Amino acid sequence: MNDVVLKVRDLNKSFDGVPAIQDISFDLFRAETLGIVGESGSGKTTLARCILRAIEPDSGHVEFLSDDGKVDLLKLRHKAMLPLRREMQMVFQDPYASLNPRMTVREIIEEPLVIHGVKSKAKRLERIREILDLVQLDHDSLYRFPHAFSGGQRQRIGIARALILRPKMVVCDETVSALDVSVQAQIINLLEDLQRELHLTYMFVAHDLAVVRHICDRVLVMHRGKVVESGTIDQVFDHPQQNYTKLLLSAIPSPDPDVRLNPLDRRTLGL
Amino acid sequence: MTDNVLEIRDLGVEFKTDTGTTNALRGVNFDVPRGKVTAIVGESGSGKSVTANCIMRLIQRPGRITSGSILFNPTSTESFDIVALPDKDSLIYELRGGLISMVFQEPMTALSPVHKVGDQVSEAILCHRNVSKAEAWEEAAEMLNHVGIEDVSRRINMYPFEFSGGMRQRVVIATALVCHPEVLICDEPTTALDVTIQAEILTLIKRLQTELNNSILFITHDIGVVAQISDYVVVMYQGRVLEIGSTHQVLKDPKHPYTQGLLAAIPGIAPPDQRLSTISDVVGDIDITTAYPLTTLSDGRKVSLPQEALRKFSIRRTSETL
Repeated sequence: MNDVVLKVRDLNKSFDGVPAIQDISFDLFRAETLGIVGESGSGKTTLARCILRAIEPDSGHVEFLSDDGKVDLLKLRHKAMLPLRREMQMVFQDPYASLNPRMTVREIIEEPLVIHGVKSKAKRLERIREILDLVQLDHDSLYRFPHAFSGGQRQRIGIARALILRPKMVVCDETVSALDVSVQAQIINLLEDLQRELHLTYMFVAHDLAVVRHICDRVLVMHRGKVVESGTIDQVFDHPQQNYTKLLLSAIPSPDPDVRLNPLDRRTLGL
Repeated sequence: MTDNVLEIRDLGVEFKTDTGTTNALRGVNFDVPRGKVTAIVGESGSGKSVTANCIMRLIQRPGRITSGSILFNPTSTESFDIVALPDKDSLIYELRGGLISMVFQEPMTALSPVHKVGDQVSEAILCHRNVSKAEAWEEAAEMLNHVGIEDVSRRINMYPFEFSGGMRQRVVIATALVCHPEVLICDEPTTALDVTIQAEILTLIKRLQTELNNSILFITHDIGVVAQISDYVVVMYQGRVLEIGSTHQVLKDPKHPYTQGLLAAIPGIAPPDQRLSTISDVVGDIDITTAYPLTTLSDGRKVSLPQEALRKFSIRRTSETL
């Protein structure tokens, strides 16, 4: 098996005494895409944020395989996290809210380089041009503001910002949910191409199960803050073991009009 | 001759903005058959919601209906053109919520946060019928029960924030149906909901439609939802209709390259190990932006394509044009 990039053990987080995630444990392997699915409120985003320490978890271990070896992220002080942040990045859901409207595309993509100490202006510009090519944005875009771009283009800007530091792991939190299907297809293809070229490891938080089935290798199913089932995509989608997974899968409306929607009932399943 | 509850012809809408005029609808033509579910599907900006707003006469400045007609009950003696109604005509008020009502995407925005659920549902009754408040409240309770809200006697006195998203959408549906409208317009009613709740709401809408036998115009961008809920599909793109047919025709055997592209882009249809096609991959250099008239094919569906692209299909030879 490949290297374990991320090893999460017994991760917990409560908000005001209400548990948001409970005893989450899993491994994330290099260059794989791990899907995290579940209904709203199941703890998907909280889990992603706890791992990146965008919010502080209450307890547990998050072991990350950094370029300098294994580290337990939760034991680090904030200052010590900073160099590691280069290796783990995030792409957000809303391409309108996640870009500062008063910064140009160049400033947006350049900021991570400035923070992480790439001092030479020329070098930064060179990196920015490289990344624009990679995400298939025109170089003319550099001095324009986010409002001049469509949703799909903005998402490319968000991806460029995440990838400019050449991270190892990228957390995609509902990255394609807000996009039209054709644009969604372009961004999914782009994420897959980038993964192949750059050996990226993705944690892919999504509620759209068809998208998850398409791009993920393995999946964690979350329900009320717990992982109720995990496995390869085919295992989980074709042979779900847990009632909650069965409920979720039965609720997907098939695009084939001959396959009738026949959702299971939450109560008869005892959920 | 099919029995249509709405016939939309050559509908044009423009929005005047600082940067110029946007033609949101550019000659939209389709029918809403009685007692059936018709889905409008398209990407954002295709004009789905603008079409719905025209039917409810909700287009406001800087928007303006520039052309066309929307005939309500075209075969009845009391037929009228919704577009031609003067503003503030009493018929417009009867239309909104009485003859046609609407379910919106975001149930929290559609409901008032400061009124009890029961008051909001019974308000719809009081607006349209001459009944006492107590009677309206009674009917509201009945309708809430009908849309699957349990423990109505307690819940009817609660406020929307005390309801979950799915329950709120049930309240919106109850409000929309309480005056027994002939047409129910659902504008992305399940888009904001979890997939499990979406399945419940779709099942509910389908059940109510069978029971009440009303006509539904269902707007969505989700092909899975279209496949499950609708009898007919209208495919829109850039303010025009590109293809109309039965759900089976359009989804199983799309004829218009844009529809083919739209379907090829869906992760649920493409095999997982294959790259997704984008619409432009499929459409290629076929012209889909020029407003070609809708041509009826021999299987009854209608497509908007240039003459040379139509050659490979068999075309219905009648004088009926649409």
